[in-house]
Amino acid sequence: MELSSNLIIFYLLAAFMVVSAILAVASKRIMRAATCLLFVLVGTAGLYLMLNYHFLAAVQLSVYAGGILVLFLFAIFLTNPKGDAAEPHDRRRVVMGIVASLCGAVVAGFIILKQFCLYPVSDTAIGDHEVNMKVIGTALMGTEKYQYLLPFEALSVLLLACIIGGILIARKS
Amino acid sequence: MFSFSIVTQWIDEFLRQYLSSGLALFIECLLVGFLLLVAYAVFALILIYVERRVCAFMQCRLGPNRVGPFGIFQTVADMIKILLKELIHIDRADQFLFRLAAFFVLVASVGTFGALPFAEGLHAVDFNMGVFYLLAISSLGVVGILLAGWSSNSKYTMIGAMRSGAQLISYELSCGLSLLAIVVLSGTMQLSEIVALQADSWFIFQGHVPAVIAFFCYLIAGHAETNRGPFDLPEAESELTAGYHTEYSGIQFGFFYLAEYLNMFIVAAIAATMFLGGWMPLHIPGWEAFNHVMDYIPSAIWFLGKTFACVFFALWVRWSFPRLRIDQLLKFEWKILMPICLINILLMAALVALR
Repeated sequence: MELSSNLIIFYLLAAFMVVSAILAVASKRIMRAATCLLFVLVGTAGLYLMLNYHFLAAVQLSVYAGGILVLFLFAIFLTNPKGDAAEPHDRRRVVMGIVASLCGAVVAGFIILKQFCLYPVSDTAIGDHEVNMKVIGTALMGTEKYQYLLPFEALSVLLLACIIGGILIARKS
Repeated sequence: MFSFSIVTQWIDEFLRQYLSSGLALFIECLLVGFLLLVAYAVFALILIYVERRVCAFMQCRLGPNRVGPFGIFQTVADMIKILLKELIHIDRADQFLFRLAAFFVLVASVGTFGALPFAEGLHAVDFNMGVFYLLAISSLGVVGILLAGWSSNSKYTMIGAMRSGAQLISYELSCGLSLLAIVVLSGTMQLSEIVALQADSWFIFQGHVPAVIAFFCYLIAGHAETNRGPFDLPEAESELTAGYHTEYSGIQFGFFYLAEYLNMFIVAAIAATMFLGGWMPLHIPGWEAFNHVMDYIPSAIWFLGKTFACVFFALWVRWSFPRLRIDQLLKFEWKILMPICLINILLMAALVALR
């Protein structure tokens, strides 16, 4: 019962995400595309919640839904209304898009097949306990093996550089 | 002290006697969702009534006093009226996004409301990263406001949405940073543990000066998050008619209205939980008899009492200060409030390290 209800939730989430992903690409109006992208991101957060990785779900919501998507919306607000209705793409972009999506399909298919062949019945698919915040915190801020202080600090320097760069570009005009 | 977990456990056992565990869980989820929505609506009615009476009191007038004793059924009548109103069709607006935007705002607010610890044992979801969850899910509301402003196809709503977006994103930082000071003090993000740690004395007393600073920073930032005066620029009625929800009518406007009032309640409830002990009674170490008497007051009353005290404070502030200008508002956040919050976290960390 537990397994089947998990499956039902997974398929509902997956269907929701696939439909909104297709709508995000197919929509002619840029605002609707951004909203559908938000649905995909929220669906991903739902998948993380289902896997009992609550921290990543909250990060997904606050960073993507609360941060990046709001930036997208602001960018759409500030550009001219020509962007409201997208023009049809030229042939080179269509070909590149098909190549990129084929590459993505190959990668996804490879992962799915590998999963089927190597781990026929995966018990680890549904996490059975919540990852403690303290574990994540010490892993991020520790200097021992499997702890990530250096990448964490490097990322923060990168973000700082981005902020300063953004201000510089904004001040130029 | 009476714990609601007795009731919830009894319901759980009762359902499991007759049903399989999966079905019982499903029915429990439905029950919890239904109860939360009912509580959401009832709190909104109470809050609207309280706000109108308190505003009237602050301005030396009477407020609603005709429908029922002291006018307590006025908001119920208003609710029925708003349910019956026509939904006006907006010409050349994006209908899909226009309808959707109200739900975004509502979902963000219900999602936050659902994770609050209302009383002992009355806590729907107790995540390990509870505080972070509250901040994350409430950030969805900004998207709703931006979409509402854009899809209404009107310049007032557009300007209102831009202002609101800038304001919410800025003040979210101070909100998160001031709550982080308490997370540093308690060493956990789980709301139930945060409440349990305040059994001896509330965090605002335990944390000395940094906790008091964090409390006031949170109240200011939280007040700005709810888009209410003196931070009500997004809907400044003298300039923008009603800001981002100018074009909405009937129950769609009702959704925004509901979410606005409940956001005020949620901000007050988070302040009460994080700083004032949540549902934990007032305990003073050493005063055994006093603590024992305090334990007799039910935990739900403690929680609601603290929350409504914070709500009253918010209303008081609303009618005491004039509205800010947008540049003053943003300058205040980025140049004053956020640096204070950042330094405050350092202070709190030093306090915890020295203890």
